[in-house]
Amino acid sequence: MTNWSIEELRENIKRRQIVSQIFAILGLLLIFFALFTLLALTVKMFIDGLPRLSWKFFFSFPSRKPEEAGIFAAWVGTAVVMMMTAVFAIPIGVASGIYLEEYGKKGWLAALIEVNISNLAGVPSIIYGLLALGLFVQDWNLGESILTAGLTLSLLILPVIVVATREAIRAIPNSLREAAYALGASKWQVIWDHLLPYSLGSILTGIIVALSRAIGETAPLITIGALTFIAFLPDPPFTSQFPYISFAWLKSPFTVMPIQMFNWVSRPQAAFQANAAAAGAVLVVMTLLMNGLAIYLRYRLRKGLKW
Amino acid sequence: MQGRDNLLHRRRLEKVFVAVALVLIVSALLVLLSLTAEMFIDGLPRLNWKFFTSFPSRHASDAGLLSAWVGTVLVISLAAIFSIPLGIAAGVYLEEYGRDSWLAAIIEINVTNLAAVPPIIYGLVALGIFVQSWNLGETVLTGGLTIALLMLPTVVVVSREAIRAIPASLKEAAYAVGASKWQVIWDHVLPYSLGSILTGVIVAVSRAIGETAPLITVGALTYIAFLPESPFTSKFPYVSFAWLQAPFTVVPIQMFNWISRAGTDFQANAAAAGAVLVILTLLMNGVAIYLRYRLRKAVQW
Amino acid sequence: MVEQEQSQSMVSERPPVVAEVVDLNFFYGDFHALKNINFYIPANKVTALIGPSGCGKTTLLRCFNRMHDLYPGNRYEGGILVNGENIISPKVDPIEVRMRISMVFQKPNPFPKSIYENVAYGLRVRGIRDKSLIDQKVEEALRGAALWDEVKDRLHESAYALSGGQQQRLCIARAIVTDPDIVLFDEPTSALDPIATRSIEELMVSLKERVTIIIVTHSMQQAARFSDYTAFMYMGELIEFNDTKTVFNNASHPQTQEYISGKIG
Ligand SMILES: Nc1ncnc2c1ncn2[C@@H]1O[C@H](COP(=O)(O)OP(=O)(O)OP(=O)(O)O)[C@@H](O)[C@H]1O
Ligand SMILES: [Mg+2]
Repeated sequence: MTNWSIEELRENIKRRQIVSQIFAILGLLLIFFALFTLLALTVKMFIDGLPRLSWKFFFSFPSRKPEEAGIFAAWVGTAVVMMMTAVFAIPIGVASGIYLEEYGKKGWLAALIEVNISNLAGVPSIIYGLLALGLFVQDWNLGESILTAGLTLSLLILPVIVVATREAIRAIPNSLREAAYALGASKWQVIWDHLLPYSLGSILTGIIVALSRAIGETAPLITIGALTFIAFLPDPPFTSQFPYISFAWLKSPFTVMPIQMFNWVSRPQAAFQANAAAAGAVLVVMTLLMNGLAIYLRYRLRKGLKW
Repeated sequence: MQGRDNLLHRRRLEKVFVAVALVLIVSALLVLLSLTAEMFIDGLPRLNWKFFTSFPSRHASDAGLLSAWVGTVLVISLAAIFSIPLGIAAGVYLEEYGRDSWLAAIIEINVTNLAAVPPIIYGLVALGIFVQSWNLGETVLTGGLTIALLMLPTVVVVSREAIRAIPASLKEAAYAVGASKWQVIWDHVLPYSLGSILTGVIVAVSRAIGETAPLITVGALTYIAFLPESPFTSKFPYVSFAWLQAPFTVVPIQMFNWISRAGTDFQANAAAAGAVLVILTLLMNGVAIYLRYRLRKAVQW
Repeated sequence: MVEQEQSQSMVSERPPVVAEVVDLNFFYGDFHALKNINFYIPANKVTALIGPSGCGKTTLLRCFNRMHDLYPGNRYEGGILVNGENIISPKVDPIEVRMRISMVFQKPNPFPKSIYENVAYGLRVRGIRDKSLIDQKVEEALRGAALWDEVKDRLHESAYALSGGQQQRLCIARAIVTDPDIVLFDEPTSALDPIATRSIEELMVSLKERVTIIIVTHSMQQAARFSDYTAFMYMGELIEFNDTKTVFNNASHPQTQEYISGKIG
């Protein structure tokens, strides 16, 4: 019955508390075990790679001799390709997200777009490689170039940015929209003056998460023809002749960090494994920095906002 | 009528944005859809029974997907078995037990960082631990564990978000009638968040299906002309775990291999494998949408 | 009913008491939310907590069943004595407290389960498996909450199919099914219309025979209408505690008089 004596009550609670405590201990142990293993291995990767992490490593081209090989072409390639990706994916993705959330809420067109986007977000990246090979390389004749790579990766992360934007905007309470409308603002003013500023933190976080996903991609880039051995840099964007700017670098062949790393991992010599570990360490530092930026931005931009 | 002019101007701006956005979205989607359709058309002639029941071969027309799809099924199942319970448990722990302690903060930062680390790094890490330290070899088991590692942070993050979405008032109501923490978790937190957790888990799984780099790093092969041993045997104890020790390949790696070969015949094979992957993804997404719909309808607050 | 209340308020000596609040202080982190609270909760009576918004009514109420323990950084000092035991002492398990002191919240918060399972939950967490006992207890509680006739034919439908007032009565049934000593109500009628409010008030008066009730309310009329004792709080302090009639007609503190007559709040 429910009118237990105090002793029965305590006995009953003790029995139930044990289960809670078992789970607490087990949970903590498991998390520690998993995290610890991963951290230990990452540390090991850093230690393996450390001897190679010198100034020279960053400014040498790949080579057949492991001790002379470096990641110059790879990190320049990654930086340029990521820039292209950001330039294409961010404006289109954010605009689409706003459109879908604020304008296209009802109707079959919106539903169709919605289903397609959520499906696209789950399609394996190698498929994007195959599609990009057909469209950019074969149909549009853009070649196996930086431009192709940027377009391919922006296709890949576009759905992620759209989804992040929509979720960020959806999280804004309706009462704020209504307050702005009630003062006679147009839809566009509501978006520009309220929705975008309030959701910027979450949108930026989503963008950075998407970009840090793109930075690690190998399969689609190899599919469209990224090379593993590049011993030169793209043409400079500035020239000494009129009009002083050149877009030749867009057509240049390229490689990126994970592909370079991949190439070294697959070589038998131990010295190349050290190079792979060093490149891995650089890549991890790059993603951690991006993540740190995302966390910082979220913190900064959300601090001023509370509803 | 200054006010009306102003209003007209504002309305025009808005129309421009709407038109541009709609054109961009629809044209981007159309391009992607037509390309996917083209891939299906290219691959269609190869999509027959034989394709699914043949091993790879030097002759494009004889080559099939058998070892690849079996490999994908085994590796992904193993990864799911390891990562889903562990990931959900970790998510529950972090949300319900470990909140606001410094330990939780450290774990939190690590988990979100891990979710962003490129897959190839997981490949390198897994090579070090599973192949070199634990001597598991370049096997299905190693592949499954590698993908499990990769999925784990995502499952944790997804579980936490799902759990955080449960209103505090429901948990308080349960505590207020004398439930213990575990009872609140088991009777309320898990059932109410299951729909969102499963949806997120399915997205993680469908991403894992497409992974190539980490699996190649831990030694997946591209040419496998046999199947792992059957998990069921005719002799006592009727189950065998020898399949865990088999070498393997997976669908995207097989596809990758075919893309890189010269000759349009192999390209057709690649397109067919791509079509299979896309269908698989669509099915999983369908299940996710259905589950979300079903489980959310039952759980409303 | 009115006559009965009047005769009660004549009693000048201390009535039988179920809980005694002694020098209670409460902190949300550094914020000192309750300051030196001293009063008592008379047995089988309705005690109302009133005061302007933000004065600490909810905070005080949630001390009685250790709800604050769910969130980190909260700290109690002093005591709430029930049967001579300090229920806010860290040595006492909060679950034990909540098994004897249950709570009804401001907004109806039924579980997304069936009506039956909502009420039965308090029994289930105690490990009670006997189906006929649970059936009987659920029916008793639903009758006690004046909801039985409305839901007896659809016990296994979702609780969210009920109206707001019905949901709140369901939450009351859920809170009384385990025969608690005290039931805490935090503005239980603030989300309801006047008719639903009225029926819940009547319900509370009828529950008085079985349990002791502590209720937070913003409505002076509500407090005057059916509470037996009233505590007036202001800025985290307990300004006045007495039987309701005295507090409303003959308050000893000017602040209480001002609040009741509508000058502050
Ligand atoms: N979780 C919390 N953390 C910090 N301070 C809090 C918290 N909850 C309440 N407070 C503060 O404690 C004080 C008392 O709050 P409480 O909710 O008890 O007021 P109340 O009397 O119930 O008000 P209302 O009538 O508006 O419900 C307020 O100043 C409030 O700002
Ligand atoms: Mg309150």
